[in-house]
Amino acid sequence: MGPATQRVAGPAGPPPEPKGAIMALTQASGTRTEPRRPSRKGTLTALLFLAPFFVLFFAFTVFPVLYSCYLSLFKDKAAGLGLGAVQKVFVGGENYLRALTDPAYTSSFGNIAVYCLIYIPVMIVLSLSIALLLDSAAAKARGFFRLAFYLPNIVPGLIAAVIWLYLYTPEISPIVDAVKASGGTWDLSSTLAAYFSISNITVWMHTGYNVILFYAALQAVPKEVLEAATVDGAGPFRTAVAIKARMIAGAVSVATLFTVVGAMQLFAEPLLLKTKATAITSTWTPNMFIYDAAFDKHDFGYAAASALTFAVLIGVMSWAVTKLGSKADQ
Amino acid sequence: MTTLTSPTQPAQRTAPAPAGRRRPLQRVTWSSRLVVNLVLVLFSLYTLLPLSWLVIAATKDSQNLFGSPGFTFGQLNLLENLTELFTWEHGTYLHWLGNTALYAGLGSVTSVAVSFLAGHAFDKFDFPGKERWFSFVLLGVLLPGAVTTMPLYLMASSIGLVNTFWGVFLPGLASPFGVYLARMFCKSYVPKELVEAARIDGAGELRIFFAVAAPLMKPGIVTLLLMTFSAIWNNFFLPLVMLSDSSLFPVALGIYSWNSRVSADPEFAHLVVTGSLVAIIPVIGLFLGLQRFWKGGLGAGALK
Repeated sequence: MGPATQRVAGPAGPPPEPKGAIMALTQASGTRTEPRRPSRKGTLTALLFLAPFFVLFFAFTVFPVLYSCYLSLFKDKAAGLGLGAVQKVFVGGENYLRALTDPAYTSSFGNIAVYCLIYIPVMIVLSLSIALLLDSAAAKARGFFRLAFYLPNIVPGLIAAVIWLYLYTPEISPIVDAVKASGGTWDLSSTLAAYFSISNITVWMHTGYNVILFYAALQAVPKEVLEAATVDGAGPFRTAVAIKARMIAGAVSVATLFTVVGAMQLFAEPLLLKTKATAITSTWTPNMFIYDAAFDKHDFGYAAASALTFAVLIGVMSWAVTKLGSKADQ
Repeated sequence: MTTLTSPTQPAQRTAPAPAGRRRPLQRVTWSSRLVVNLVLVLFSLYTLLPLSWLVIAATKDSQNLFGSPGFTFGQLNLLENLTELFTWEHGTYLHWLGNTALYAGLGSVTSVAVSFLAGHAFDKFDFPGKERWFSFVLLGVLLPGAVTTMPLYLMASSIGLVNTFWGVFLPGLASPFGVYLARMFCKSYVPKELVEAARIDGAGELRIFFAVAAPLMKPGIVTLLLMTFSAIWNNFFLPLVMLSDSSLFPVALGIYSWNSRVSADPEFAHLVVTGSLVAIIPVIGLFLGLQRFWKGGLGAGALK
């Protein structure tokens, strides 16, 4: 059966094959002359492929965000003496104003800022240094090291925090034993101890993962560049710092972006540690504050307003990191 | 991610370079070899010692857990601990493991399928407003979970999904980051020409996706599968908020609930320790078994 006979058969039968082929041809030629006009059938198929994701995305991400916006403009007020039904009262921007002037909320930002300033530079610099060492000609047993470094990342965050919680507990921990044996004292109750004990957990969890990412990026550094550097008399240390590290600046800035976004959402680790590190309050990080407002105080409008403010801040921070990253990349 | 961060970086590779290749550029002195490997050994001790402590601690009974030095074996009590773990409160721990397998296992498989369908569409089809929709999805990557969790709880409670399997399972399925990575994988593993040739041969779009594109993207699929698995496994906020019935808990939430009882009853401490160890063993096994896939894919996904 040739295409001609089928074309005559036309609209009666099932979608004739040549139509698809012709469309594919026009599409194929379309790639050469941008911009091409999307065909209607193409759009329909694309829609079918995209539908599962977008249905879920709208239902479980976009709609909740819009619902949050709506909630943030209202306040629950109990009618009468607090015995009657709860009424939603429109309050406009009051929840936002209240959040921004709430010392508990603003201090949670202070805490997360200090934590980020400790954790992120330590983790990124450590990952980069280890990756450079792993990539250096002197390194042995690379396969073993990569596996050993990656393992903590497989442990779920909460279980990692549990392990370290026990390693911070005096009667149980070999670390505390070692500290005491060398004449030190063990005290987790100070604010500084809270920052460091939590940073240690997250450094432990995430450094290895970033080492693997940076190491993979280093494999893509062109050999010729490194050879040229050696010919020019650069030693291994200088090559690593001045050339390799610079060549993977893109990967480093992407990793930093994701680290910032993740680090700001700190939640499970302090929640678990607050029994031991007593400086940690139940509103210690923004996420803890939001959780507390919503599920302990049942102040949903207020929780929504603080969550949205927080989301905006994360957006601004990631924009800033992206800007800095692309500057460093040039 | 170069689309977001570094437009100047050339997209140089279609597949990651073979890892672990040596570059015998410079002569290496024994002293630098010593220093480099010493630092690497020290760092691997940092990553491995807490895990080995967990293994040792899981073999001890309560008394030894609190009494004996951390890195020495006390009286071997592993079997008793395991028996206690699996029979505690009529085997609730086994339920938690099963729940985790469903939430993270079934959840990640579904989510990855959804992500790759969308990623394939974004890369291989043209439709109006494509890039605008894609940027819209990318915005979702930056959205903190706290913003959606509370409204999700309220929505779920109004339709009776709070404290059910679906309340935790469904919200984890749509992953903007998954779609982003899937598009990158589609772009680097499946040439456009191949898809067009298949179209000319008269293959339907679904068949092209499953029979032509999917087999080529295997490393990418496995990588995303493992990443999504970890992401759902790691999401503690959502189950904490949604679930109050302990028979629906994922294992991390269950261990958290046991841990909060330790201060009242120290007996729970070794349940927590043994439970933590047992919970991570299957995941470590899974990652080790699939490492030849993700080692390549991981780098590719992060660099593009």
